[in-house]
Parts: sequence; structure tokens; C-alpha cells
Amino acid sequence: MWKPEPSLADLQYLVEKAGLTRDALLAAYRQMCLIRHFEETIADRYYIGKTPEFNMAAGPIRGEMHLAVGQEAVAVGVCSLLESQDVVVSTHRPHHHALAKGVDASKLAAEIFGKQTGLCRGKGGHMHLFDKEKNFSCSGIVGASFPQAAGAAFAFRQRGQRNVAVAFAGEGAANHGTFAETLNAAALWQLPLIIVVEDNMYADSTPKWAALAQPHQFQRGLGYNVPSYLVDGMDVIDVYRAAKTAIQRARDGQGPALIEAVCYRYRGHFEGDAEEYRTKEEVELWRALDPIPRLGNRLKKLGWADDATLEALRAEAKRAAEAAVAFAEQSPLPDPAEALTGVFR
Amino acid sequence: MRTMKGIAFAIAEAIDQEMAERQDIVVLGEDVTYWGAVFGFTMGLHQKYGRDRVVDTPITEQTFFGMAVGAAAVGMHPVVSLMFVDFLGAGFDQMYNHMAKNHYMSGGQFAMPVTVLTAIGGGYGDAEQHSQVLYGLFAHVPGFKVVVPATAYDAKGLTISALRDPNPVVIFGHKLLTGLPFLPFEGQEEDVPEERYTVEFGKAAVRREGSDLTMVAAGLMVHRCLRAAERLAQDGIAAEVIDVRTLVPLDADTLVASARKTGRVLIVDEDYRSYGMTGELAFRIQEGAFEALKTPVRRLAVPDVPIPFSEPLERAVIPSVDRIYEEARALVTAPARTA
Ligand SMILES: Cc1ncc(C[n+]2csc(CCOP(=O)(O)OP(=O)(O)O)c2C)c(N)n1
Ligand SMILES: [Mg+2]
Repeated sequence: MWKPEPSLADLQYLVEKAGLTRDALLAAYRQMCLIRHFEETIADRYYIGKTPEFNMAAGPIRGEMHLAVGQEAVAVGVCSLLESQDVVVSTHRPHHHALAKGVDASKLAAEIFGKQTGLCRGKGGHMHLFDKEKNFSCSGIVGASFPQAAGAAFAFRQRGQRNVAVAFAGEGAANHGTFAETLNAAALWQLPLIIVVEDNMYADSTPKWAALAQPHQFQRGLGYNVPSYLVDGMDVIDVYRAAKTAIQRARDGQGPALIEAVCYRYRGHFEGDAEEYRTKEEVELWRALDPIPRLGNRLKKLGWADDATLEALRAEAKRAAEAAVAFAEQSPLPDPAEALTGVFR
Repeated sequence: MRTMKGIAFAIAEAIDQEMAERQDIVVLGEDVTYWGAVFGFTMGLHQKYGRDRVVDTPITEQTFFGMAVGAAAVGMHPVVSLMFVDFLGAGFDQMYNHMAKNHYMSGGQFAMPVTVLTAIGGGYGDAEQHSQVLYGLFAHVPGFKVVVPATAYDAKGLTISALRDPNPVVIFGHKLLTGLPFLPFEGQEEDVPEERYTVEFGKAAVRREGSDLTMVAAGLMVHRCLRAAERLAQDGIAAEVIDVRTLVPLDADTLVASARKTGRVLIVDEDYRSYGMTGELAFRIQEGAFEALKTPVRRLAVPDVPIPFSEPLERAVIPSVDRIYEEARALVTAPARTA
């Protein structure tokens, strides 16, 4: 939900209140740039073998590909507050959450390429990423993240652990029964669960107006007595402020929260999407709210960075993304015999 | 008559032609308008019939399948899209405990005319949750008719039969047979009549005649068996290829007759191996043709592992033309049983 751009004095106040330091904001900027470059580099490689005729089965990366360009601020704003032991359960659009949770970019890229060195040894691919060390997982089934994160939160509460679980999901997923069922369970048992709904206006080709009876998820959250925040998902500071309160409360045993982050995806639902359901003008309109330059401008306004610093961070992020993808490209494919292993432990 | 590439357009045309004459048909599901249910089964319909009859639903499988049950109970014929069969878990209760049983449980009071369209299959890198076949699950539950078209001609005729059937019919369209430009196509361009016609359920099709062995399959695997049969022919082996077309009702007679003729049967399936189509067909065949079988029935199916993402892994589990050919050769050269 767009909020007016703060004046310098207001910005200083907001940042100070949120406990955001120069280093923290520069790190957020770098992380968002890493996600952006990672997604764009994956997109670049995805189209190898798929042009001029788009064939999903061709090229070094096969199958569907859902990228999160434009949605970086939501992932970074929330995950920069998490510890390694905290759990994140993500969706079919999982790369930004994974990177923000600290999943190794090289192993992530290698998994997307189906390589032996990937997070899941090539078995899962882009929609099925698992990292036990970082407590990260995701699913290609819409609506699956809510109860699974609630289960982790349930375990944390049971064991008296000061950890939280975060379920990311789209606004489309919030129509699924698991959303309502999980809100009820989380409120009933006061679970340390944070539900983050990324409202990017579309579920596949279906615009929000065609699928939601009322426009806001926070209203649904409040209906279950879950403290709920409506934030500007294109503004990492706004996301961070809400997430900080929500996560702190959950760690302190005060139960769940919902964050509704209004944002926009600049690319198609999946790569190869003809996007007949929206106009180019609409996409351009949202470009003005691009979360990366927005943060960059604020860093400059605060006197915390100049163009050269920002440029250096972008270049560093780009190198890191390219190195991760190069690692993936150079890695070997798995041995076909591995296909028959691992159903049971 | 004109040529048509793939089952997607054939299914969409069947629905269109029935909808034009019948007010009871409504189309429900995710992305059934702009995206034609992603795999094209509903393409072109919303432009013609509007958003009141062709309805994009929220992502709520349980609810829209339940609504199909409720609407069918009061005389509608819902056509419901389950975008990928893999998503059935999100709505299956309404399907297997209600849609499939209400006619029986109500002592025959409530007909359940629902046509479900769903996309199946792998082979293009979509991994564990978007590559399954799963028709065996539906065929296992009494109350669903299970339709697996392998050709555009059948897709159109079987869909029209489904739309005129007073029972729940699930149509499993293989993604690699849709003929859509973004996926590989393993079918053939065919002549398909422009006018309406039906293809009867429970009638298997002998796609190729042969006397040395029988290969039985459904959907995409029919085409792979036909390609394997061509190679076998070069080796002097005459393979008969049977397309079961509908798992429920099942045409066991055609299978048994062929097994009696050749004495050797290979069942090929892209569904999981155990407790599925291959086991059921093998049972029916031995039941009807036991004394004519020269060797035990063989099967080639997904070896009870999920469909992995990486290409070499995926190739290792989904039956290919090569492996069908090898399995068929091994079957033909296996020593015959001495009774
Ligand atoms: C249970 C289930 N139904 C349908 C789908 C197909 N599908 C994949 S993504 C998607 C849209 C999701 O929209 P949203 O939750 O808003 O997430 P976004 O793609 O916008 O990030 C749909 C319908 C699925 N994967 N799982
Ligand atoms: Mg969305």
C-alpha cells in the first residue's frame, strides 16, 4: 500500500525508531540488488534454447520459472530480522525468500539448473528448494506454506524455543482454505507465526478484483484476532518496521501476526507469460515504485551513501549473482541412478 | 473435416459446441478465461459465452469442486478445471467422498453430471508436484469415469460423451499431447470432423495390429508404444498396440482378445507402478487369457519414485521409446511357458 515519501526529518525519525543503522540499510540494499541480479541472470539463462520458439522443455533450465523481480523488499524486510533457527516456508516463487534467508546463492542456482551440487542434488528444482541448515523450504502447491509454518511455530512454542516461523504466500494463496484455517489455529494456540501475504495484484492471469471479495488480507487477519499490518511492499523500511514488531511479539510469546505487503511483480507470472491480462502502462506505472532505487534515494537523502557507494554495491551484487550461476553451469548433472534413491530414509 | 494438432483445441471445441446448445453447462476453474485453463482446454470459451458462464475462480479447489457437486445436484452440468492433476489434494475430498458417491449414497436420487478437465504428465522438467499422472487414484475410487484421450479425434468425441453423461467424468489430457506451442508435442496432426460426434466410453482402440506381442497403454504412452512398435517392425517383430482410452469403464474384452492372440503382453504406464493401472490390467488379462499367455505379463511404469526435476533423473523414471522397445524385445525373446 503506497505511502507518501517521507521528508528527511520524517525519514530520520522512522529509521531511528526502527533501529535501522546505516550498515543495516546498506546491507538491505546490497541484498535486494543480489536478488534482482540473481533473478535477471536466471532469466537470461532460462531463455537459452527457448528462443525464438519458446519451448519449456528446452535449454539448460527446464520447466516453469517464477521470478520475483519487484518483490525484493518484502523478502529482505522480513528475513533480515530472522535468525538461522527461524523457519521460512515459501511458495512457487521462492528465490527472493531463499536468498534473503541466507541460502547459499551458488547451491540455489545449481538446484535451479538441476545439478548435483544443488541444494537438493537436482531432485527438487526451482519450485522445491530445501535447505535444512537455513531452515528454508518451499512448495509448488499454492496454500501449502501456511500450515507448515504453523507446525514449526507449534514446535517452537512446545519446546519453549524463542524462534518464529514465517509463511510467505501470495494474495491468491490467501483465498485458499489453509489460510483461514491456519489463522484460526495460530490465534487459538498463540503460535509464534508470521504470515506474510505478498499482494502483487495477480494470481496467474487472474487479477485481484476477480478473485477477492474484499481487497485486504489484514481485515481477514483481524477477524481471527491476529494483529495485522498493511505495509508498502515496495518499501523495505515499511516492511521492516512491521516485521520487527511482529517478530518481537512472537518471540516474546505474544502470538501470531499477519503482514500484508502490497507489491508488484515486474515480470510475467512465469517466464514465457504473454501477460495478456495487464497492460505495459500498468507495469511502467509501478516502475516508479521500484524498491531498489527507492531505498537508494533514501540512503542518499540520509547522507549514508553516494552514487559511487550504491554503484559499488550493485556491481558487487551482480558479480555474486554471476558467480553463483557460473558455479551452477560448471557443475555436473546427477547420476541417473540417483533417481531411484531417497524415497525413504 | 480439417487437420488438428493436439487434444487441447479438440476438447475446447467439444465444450464450445455443446455449450452453444445447452444452458446447463458452466465452466469453472482457475485461469479458465485468459489462459484457457493453462493447457488450452477452455480456450476461446469466455470470449463467446462471457464471464458468467466461464468463471475464473479463486484458488480454492475444495470450494469449486464442492460447488460443482452442489450445482450438479440442482441440474447444472459443471465443467471444472483442475489445472494440474497434481493439485487434486487441495480439493479431493469434495471429489471422492461426494462427487463420486452422492448418486450411490442417495439411492440414485441425485445424478452427478460433472466433467472434470485436468492436465497430466511430465517430460518437460516440471518436477515432483507438476508432472504426475495419478489417474489410478481416480480409477480406484468407485464413481468416477476415467478418460485418457490419446488423439484429437478421441479428445473431441470423448469430451462430448462426458458432457452428455449423467456421471462424474474426469478427462486426463497429457501436456505433451496438447499441441500448444510452449510444450513438446508427441502426437500427430489428424483429421477431426467439424461437426459433433461422440466416442463411446469403454471401447479400447487397437492402434496397430500385430501377432508377436501386445502393448497396452493410455495417453502419451500410446504414442511412445507406437514409435517403439515401428522399431520392432524393423527387427521383424509385429507388435499390437492397444489404447485403452477409458480406464473406467474398462474394455477388458479387447485386451483379453489381443493377449489370447499374441500370448505376450507389455503394459506401459506413466503413472506410478504399484497399485495402479498396470496391476489392474495385468489382473484382467490373466483372468481372461491365462492359458494363452506364453510368459508372465510385463510392465513398464514410473518405478515408485516421485518425478525428479533434473533432466537425467526425469529421463530415468518416465518410460521412453527406447526403454519400451528394449522391454518389448526382452519380452518377445523370453522363453515361452511350457504348460
Ligand atoms: C493448489 C494449487 N492450485 C493451483 C495452482 C496453480 N498456481 C500456481 S501459482 C498460482 C497463482 C498464485 O498466485 P499468488 O498466490 O498470488 O502468488 P504469485 O504467483 O502472485 O506470487 C496458481 C493458481 C497451484 N500451484 N496449486
Ligand atoms: Mg499474487
